Amino acid sequence: MSTPAAVVIGASAGALEALSAILPALPASFALPVFVVIHLPHNRKSILAEIFSAKCRLPVREAEDKEPVVGGTIYFAPPDYHLLVETNYSLALSSDEPVRYSRPSIDVLFESAADTYGPSLIAIVLTGANPDGADGLRKVGEAGGTMIVQNPAEALAPEMPRAAWAACPAARSLPLAGIAALLLGV
Amino acid sequence: MTDKLEDIEIRLLLEALFSRYHYDFRRYAMASIKRRLQLARDDLGFETYSALQAALLHDPAVLPRLLGYLTVQVSEMFRDPSYFRAIREQVIPHLRTYPSLRVWVAGCSEGEELYSLVILFREEGLEDRTLFYATDISQNALAKAEAGLFSLERLQLFTENHRKSGGKSSLSDYYSAAYGRAVFDKSLREHVVFADHSLVTDAVFAEMHLISCRNVMIYFDRDLQNRAIGLFKDSLARKGFLGLGAKENLRFSEHSGAFIDFSREEKIYQRWAK
Repeated sequence: MSTPAAVVIGASAGALEALSAILPALPASFALPVFVVIHLPHNRKSILAEIFSAKCRLPVREAEDKEPVVGGTIYFAPPDYHLLVETNYSLALSSDEPVRYSRPSIDVLFESAADTYGPSLIAIVLTGANPDGADGLRKVGEAGGTMIVQNPAEALAPEMPRAAWAACPAARSLPLAGIAALLLGV
Repeated sequence: MTDKLEDIEIRLLLEALFSRYHYDFRRYAMASIKRRLQLARDDLGFETYSALQAALLHDPAVLPRLLGYLTVQVSEMFRDPSYFRAIREQVIPHLRTYPSLRVWVAGCSEGEELYSLVILFREEGLEDRTLFYATDISQNALAKAEAGLFSLERLQLFTENHRKSGGKSSLSDYYSAAYGRAVFDKSLREHVVFADHSLVTDAVFAEMHLISCRNVMIYFDRDLQNRAIGLFKDSLARKGFLGLGAKENLRFSEHSGAFIDFSREEKIYQRWAK
């Protein structure tokens, strides 16, 4: 396996609880950028960055279009925009149509990150009640990246990790504690 | 690092599109372009971007089909209602002081933003003294905008947005329903000029009091953004207004000194005298 260079995480229903078991566990020395897509109601100001800033030791921000990726930073996709990673390691937002009814879409983030980071990407599909993320996770696998799904039995909403696992049988299924431990080990 | 084969193919395809047809996507933000091209390649049934490129060069009929993917843009009427509320409550009082007005909806796509502004100006009693320019690079999008047809399913959202934006009338006053579509009243287009215009390759064409260009420049790279903002700067009358998308701003532009923040929250800027 290549040395990991970035982490992407997708979550929907139950996202706050699940992420609260992972992101605050990351130490201030964590060197990789972490990109997160959570499905949100439209037209609502996101308070995710604020919520997690208070809980995390890493800087947490809402992603800005064209900003250079900085390691050890947690980026949330803003509501109503897709978040992508450009191959020159900068962020891009797009107003393209929703994918599987979602904007931001986990698939869109994962596919662009797979293109940029290839085998150095760790992709994680957490709890959720829809199949977003399954296609994206498959692209991550095709590019040689590490595929992880939250153990569906443990997930608040099992459909999303289950769909991702079905699409990517080679993905590892881990409980939240195991995912946090894996990230601490990189 | 050497480029991946697909990245080389995409670069060549965009070069071909420009050399042959003068549509210039070469300085667009690549991640989104790549996604759209991938969709186009798969839907149009080509194995590779190179095969798509060959077809594009030799068969002009491929052009509109490819452009359909590259220029597709979905918006909503009164998208981000707070933006339209800010236009209504903060910008309109300034615009009222002019005897005649010109408004430019740059990158109007299928017209959602244009109709929103025309309706807002009518509600505020300014439509009769205003000329609206609606421009886009896509002939197809312009034709749709000019037709003023929207799927009825979308009207519930549009109506809700309009209400939240401080709308003074009912959106249903402006359209009639037929065959699952909302047909917007042609009187809304009496003060509108639809025109083919590219922010990438074309120049200033009139002096404007308000330019609304939302979620268009987000697809440009920094150089291209600078060019477009320069166009807006040169097009705006002194103290004219520029409205951008919720996640766009002038912070990194070389022209930022020519504008002041008018509504920081809603990304509305005002042209400042030199």
